[in-house]
Amino acid sequence: MNLTALYRWLLLGEWRAHWIQVMVALIAIAVGVAMAFSIHLINTAAFNEFSAASKSLSGQSDLQVHGRKALFDEALYPLLANHDGVALANPVLELDVAVPGKLQNRNDYKLKIIGIDTFRAMQIAPDLLGLPEEGKTLDRFASDTIFLSPAAMEWLRVKQDDSLQLHAGLEAITLRVAGGLVRARAGQRIAVMDIGAAQWRFQQLGVLSRIELKLQDGVNHAAFKARLMEELGESYVVTEQLDQEKRIANMSRAYRVNLNMLALVALFTGTFLVFSTQALSVIRRRHQFALLRVLGVTRQQLLRQVAVEGMILGILGSLSGLVLGYTVAELAIQFLGGDLGSNFFPGVKPSIHFDPLIALLFLGVGIVVTLMGSIIPALEAARAKPASALRSGSEDTAMAKLSAPWFAIGCLAVALLFTQLPPVFELPVFGYLAISLLLIGGIALMPHFTAWFFSVFLTYMPKKHRNTVLILALARLANAPNQAAIALGGILASFSLMVAMAIMVTSFRISIDNWLGQVLPADLYVRIVTSGDQGGFEPAAQQAIVAQPGFTRIDFFRVQQLLWDPDRPEITLFARPVDRADPRNTLPMTDDMLAPGSIPDGVMPVWISEAIVDLYGYRVGDKITLPIAKTASEFLVAGVWRDYGRQFGAIQMLLSDYQKLTGDLRINTAAMWLKNGVTMEQAVDVLRQLPFGSALEISRASDLRALSLEIFDRSFAVTYLLEIIAVVIGLLGVAASFSAQTLARVKEFGMLRHIGVLRRQILALLAAEGGFLTSLGILLGFILGWGISLILVFIVNPQSFHWTMQLYLPWRWLFAIAVILLISAALTALLSGRSAVSNQVIRAVREDW
Amino acid sequence: MMWSKHSSGIIVFVTLFFSVLGIEVMAESGRLKPVTPDYKLSFPVDFGAHDDFRIEWWYITGWLETEDKKPLGFQVTFFRYATDQNHDNPSRFAAKYLIIAHLALSDPAVSKLMHAEKSAREGFGLAYAKPGNTEVRLDDWTLVREENGRYQVDMQANDFGLQLSFTPTQTVMLQDQKGFSRKGPKPEQASYYYSEPQLSVTGRILRHNKPVVVNGSAWLDHEWSTAYLDSDADGWDWVGANLNDGSALMAFQIRSKNGEKIWGYAAIRDVSGNMTFFEPDQIEFTPIRTWRSPQTDAIYPVAMRIRTGDIEWVLTPLFDDQELDSRQSTAAVYWEGAVKLTKDNMPAGHGYLELTGYVKPLAL
Repeated sequence: MNLTALYRWLLLGEWRAHWIQVMVALIAIAVGVAMAFSIHLINTAAFNEFSAASKSLSGQSDLQVHGRKALFDEALYPLLANHDGVALANPVLELDVAVPGKLQNRNDYKLKIIGIDTFRAMQIAPDLLGLPEEGKTLDRFASDTIFLSPAAMEWLRVKQDDSLQLHAGLEAITLRVAGGLVRARAGQRIAVMDIGAAQWRFQQLGVLSRIELKLQDGVNHAAFKARLMEELGESYVVTEQLDQEKRIANMSRAYRVNLNMLALVALFTGTFLVFSTQALSVIRRRHQFALLRVLGVTRQQLLRQVAVEGMILGILGSLSGLVLGYTVAELAIQFLGGDLGSNFFPGVKPSIHFDPLIALLFLGVGIVVTLMGSIIPALEAARAKPASALRSGSEDTAMAKLSAPWFAIGCLAVALLFTQLPPVFELPVFGYLAISLLLIGGIALMPHFTAWFFSVFLTYMPKKHRNTVLILALARLANAPNQAAIALGGILASFSLMVAMAIMVTSFRISIDNWLGQVLPADLYVRIVTSGDQGGFEPAAQQAIVAQPGFTRIDFFRVQQLLWDPDRPEITLFARPVDRADPRNTLPMTDDMLAPGSIPDGVMPVWISEAIVDLYGYRVGDKITLPIAKTASEFLVAGVWRDYGRQFGAIQMLLSDYQKLTGDLRINTAAMWLKNGVTMEQAVDVLRQLPFGSALEISRASDLRALSLEIFDRSFAVTYLLEIIAVVIGLLGVAASFSAQTLARVKEFGMLRHIGVLRRQILALLAAEGGFLTSLGILLGFILGWGISLILVFIVNPQSFHWTMQLYLPWRWLFAIAVILLISAALTALLSGRSAVSNQVIRAVREDW
Repeated sequence: MMWSKHSSGIIVFVTLFFSVLGIEVMAESGRLKPVTPDYKLSFPVDFGAHDDFRIEWWYITGWLETEDKKPLGFQVTFFRYATDQNHDNPSRFAAKYLIIAHLALSDPAVSKLMHAEKSAREGFGLAYAKPGNTEVRLDDWTLVREENGRYQVDMQANDFGLQLSFTPTQTVMLQDQKGFSRKGPKPEQASYYYSEPQLSVTGRILRHNKPVVVNGSAWLDHEWSTAYLDSDADGWDWVGANLNDGSALMAFQIRSKNGEKIWGYAAIRDVSGNMTFFEPDQIEFTPIRTWRSPQTDAIYPVAMRIRTGDIEWVLTPLFDDQELDSRQSTAAVYWEGAVKLTKDNMPAGHGYLELTGYVKPLAL
């Protein structure tokens, strides 16, 4: 007989008979691959586009000089331009200006305006030049013109020669749209103005954001950079293009890595489902394989047979996964944006780039993962002695080898060990490894646990509750635990991941909600619709605000970005009134702080966020030097506060200290508490009456809170999506393993019918088995999931985002999912049982002998 | 320093050159003064910049000789241009004035013009044109007139440059009506214009960044104006030459769009300082030989016969390709070349010929 024909016949026969299981395995592997692939595509596209866009703003400079604060004195410009070794110095003033009419988009209302000196910029960042109308070249130097990228024009709904209203501090200004840009990236929303015009119109006279340098040929960049940094001193930072790329990569790295991990988890779940499908299918066919062995098929041939099955499943599943992943990525970018709604990559419109090599890699991962799922059952099938395998009832012993308890316990132990390890390159590598080990160990431990649990249950069950069906179901579960465990594994994997994610997201959300309550204690927050960092309220305006009736208390904030370490994203510096004696009255402090009232007089305290502790290594009681004034000043770290807003770090200091040190009396935000009996509306009216009332952005604390939560929910939209997919895969797994099992037990049911068990009772038996098993799966899934959530909450999050949170369990949600799972599992068991106990009693029994 | 390819739009120079090439210069704003015949030039103040006028330039050309007697030509121009904008902008970056400079070297050994240009806004001491005496700077390019009347020029481009001293041997030559130089039929179409011919040159040039000691003679023009050309003007032909007998010749004609002469002027000053002026109808420019630029397809009359009254001068270029093509940066294209002069088939002197308006400005 032709062996190839035999293989084909075996394969097709098996798949035709059990196409549902095959489909489930295919879907599982496809979804896993699709998930991983699409997340990779989206992340790569968004990140590349974001870095390209950032790079295009700085052109082809050799070095860039920044201030520690956002802006610095322009007097540096001629010094650098005349500096030995400098071929060209390009001064840039970059402003993020709030656009009136876009303020409802809290995360997306700013227009990046780049003030350039055309003649300097053309040699270093020629793409940024404005394109005026023919014959109106001087528009490039005019003080009332602005050039917009196509995306900016579209966003602002203006075209050439239209006028554009913007706010500069407390004043409204009108600019003329003089044209487009030489080149802007698709979706890149930027505006270009003459640098002199930008300084004047946006009230930034005398300051620059950065100076880009081109060095003369033959000048050693590194040596020059080192020398320049020494000359310029503490207040300035000199960076290379490479530093900038590093900073951009650092900004979104944690986010990207974590998303990739989630995708891998999906792939892992997929693998497990493939494994359980293949394992069951192999067990079901033990007789078939034994017979083939007896007829002369070698072990290798058998092994090959099962491996080829897995391979074909892997190829088909992975291929459809790639197609699905690409489609999902395209759709997600179109509808959610490149950052999937999380605002990590603002202002870019990435496009998916299909890289065949990467696609091949994911295809390979999918196939390998499927093969891994098939190879263990295949090995078992090949190793089985034909004589014993031919005998009925050997299925369960076959499975026993798959679950050596030492392996499971080893996994769990290593997982525990891993939770104690520090992050690697600021990434929670060991945290994720611990999660996967916990899952693997948990699943591997299942057979033993199931057997033990149900025999205990059977032994100690009160006599009066015993009935035939119950005892049969429990006996089956207690004594043939391996098949049960495989069904359980599917439930376990998906449910525990679901539980873990749900607990993590809930903990995070509630923590943020509580935190928002602490950081937004006032009734109203007033800002100027202006260029963000650059302060806005001059002392006169501050007095005008203080003079308004209707408020019991008004706090002023000076908030700005500070470039502390050129390799890292900027940190945020808050200068504001803080209760020096007990900062808990002002800030959401962690327990890590100096004892209340113990800050010595004459010392300037700062309170640092958890990210500063993690990223910069400062501890309470340390001395800290901040380059905020002309000369760097020393502060005492008086405590650590919790900050969910800024993962790159934030420092709070006293406004009085800040003003004393810098002489900068401007502030950006006022927090205002209403007097009793004054309504929000009255207060807002009062503020609007001010001469600069129209330039104010007045937010109610409750609105800010709602908005922040909305942003939170949006950024976790992907997580919710992943959860739903995990649920669906889990249910598919349940359905697949139950129907596979019941079909495999046709003989058993035939036997039961023979000795007088009613068909109704067999169905009840199946439902009970399903119910028990799922209950146990849910219980264990919950424990496992809770363990994983602990890792997520207390290891992964602090290590990747540098914030800690309290643990909260979403009981109601968990309960609902548990009930849904339970019902659907019991129903699936019942439904798949119906076909197994149909009229073939005689044949089923006869087949056994 | 060359502008990069992408900077398609720096059309300031175009604006500037448009004003030269015939596009009507913007209406006077009231801030900028018109050129009137009643102004009397006075020195040294008028050596310096005149911020009240739209456009002003210092232009030096000349013939040099290396130590091994090889000839070279050079052209150096510094422009100051008033944007007539940003008067009330207190920013130190406010673009009130632009400084633009051209540097070109004609080396027969290369048979091609080497040229470079730079532009910047005035400010921060990096670019300026100072009043009071000639003192212009654009980054590291400088033109300075010392107290004793000697000019110093220092300009270094990527792979060539020059450091030259110019010592006057004669007095200043006021053009036309004592420095009031008409450029068209309308009285306001005029500039203030003086020349310093027969400057003696010493110094060095850098070829491929190797210094070469040179000496020679040069010609300086300083001209400033607000409204300049007739709206019908399309270009001009101009020559300034140091003659072998120590006299100086300057002649130009302004052409209309259909090639006719709108205006013309010529003057010869002899060694003793006597000026001979020629009316527009006494001047004739006749092409002898043309050269087609392979870069721009423009056809330039690189060899010319110029008649001033009864005298006929024949101009022969040092070599043909002395076109200054900067379309990729300023969009300005003109021919500015070293020429030999002969009169009655006898060598008569050396000068520079400028031919503008032979290329249609490209739409960018």
